[in-house]
Amino acid sequence: MIRRVPMLVVLIVGTLAFGVADGAWLKNVPARDHQRTNPYQTQPDAVASGRRVFADHCAHCHGENAEGTKKRPPLRSLRVQQEATEGDLHWLLINGNMRKGMPSWSKLGDPQIWQVIAYVKSLHR
Amino acid sequence: MNKGTVFRPEGLKFMRRVLALCLATGMLTTAHGNAQEPPYFVTYSHDMEEPGNLEISVKGVQGSPKYGNPFISQTIELEYGTQGWWTTELYLAGQHTSNDSTIFTGWRLENRFRPLFREHFVNPVLYVEYENVNAADRSLLEVTGHDSISDFLITNAQGRSKTERSLELKLILSSNARGWNISENFISEKDLNESDPWEFGYALGISRPLALAASRKDCVFCRENFAVGAELYGGLGDLNGFGLRATSHYAGPTIGFNIPRGPTVTFSPNFGLNDNSVGVLYRFQVSYEFQQIFGSHSRGK
Repeated sequence: MIRRVPMLVVLIVGTLAFGVADGAWLKNVPARDHQRTNPYQTQPDAVASGRRVFADHCAHCHGENAEGTKKRPPLRSLRVQQEATEGDLHWLLINGNMRKGMPSWSKLGDPQIWQVIAYVKSLHR
Repeated sequence: MNKGTVFRPEGLKFMRRVLALCLATGMLTTAHGNAQEPPYFVTYSHDMEEPGNLEISVKGVQGSPKYGNPFISQTIELEYGTQGWWTTELYLAGQHTSNDSTIFTGWRLENRFRPLFREHFVNPVLYVEYENVNAADRSLLEVTGHDSISDFLITNAQGRSKTERSLELKLILSSNARGWNISENFISEKDLNESDPWEFGYALGISRPLALAASRKDCVFCRENFAVGAELYGGLGDLNGFGLRATSHYAGPTIGFNIPRGPTVTFSPNFGLNDNSVGVLYRFQVSYEFQQIFGSHSRGK
């Protein structure tokens, strides 16, 4: 039992550290970006178009239904669906989180990025 | 060298086989690839390979230098996303020269590093490459120093006997804005075998997809699957004589077609801008991206 205690501590600390680090990017989003809203939100085709872009570029890491994979987080989580604003997600897609393996997707251009965000945000409904 | 010789098709046959292999590989795999990168041949942008992805490209260039034999060069490029900020590439090059022979010309190992982890107005990337190619290399992946049309006049046997081991450094500056990509590369190269001075070159590229928003339904010939642009590149002399004197330069339009769930096909005619350049170079590329090849790919299990 005594031998197991240090391992348990390491496990708990590690889990907490991972949890904190995983969402740390949210704190880096500038206020101006945080408040941005999706200009494609009212467009009826945005979700369907975003689903196509998601399937091409995001599904192989985040899962075909955004449920996450072994090493990459789900996008149906509370963090993505409620804590993060559309502006936060736009900032993340433009800048990436390269230390954590998330590349920058600025090459897609703003319209496709907003379409993906419209799709991802539609998943909580 | 024979002026005006008819170009023999052996090189084209080889190229067709490689392209067919590439396409067949693409069709057999389940992890589809659509690189959506700017359609450049010489210029690098700051777009890195996604971590865990492997992109295989077959790059070709065909030219008919004045007073020399027509040639076709093939380069196989393996590009792997080691980290979000680090991309590694291996190049294997060969060429066929009409009325001469078909030979392997050497290899290159390259690493690109993105020092700033966020997107800026101008994004720098540092490029380091070690080359081990012989003087018969015709891949024209860059133009530096006093590279000129005379380099294409030696026979394959002559070129093969001289191996160049060199170090190449590039500063890549690149911006993505309103759908446009604008990239500038500053190139420096040093032959490690000889006491030649550092050589310099440049490459500039601009490109944009024909449409920025994605269509609602799957479509092959949608405008967003096409990107067009232009490239300009050439030599800038060396440490003993920096400038445009006795250098070669090329410019041309470029078009890329991202086939949905398939390979990306790119084509560009490059026009020589002075007498030191080959009149026209026809460049083509087929690339395919294997996603999460050594990584966390689980296809949503």
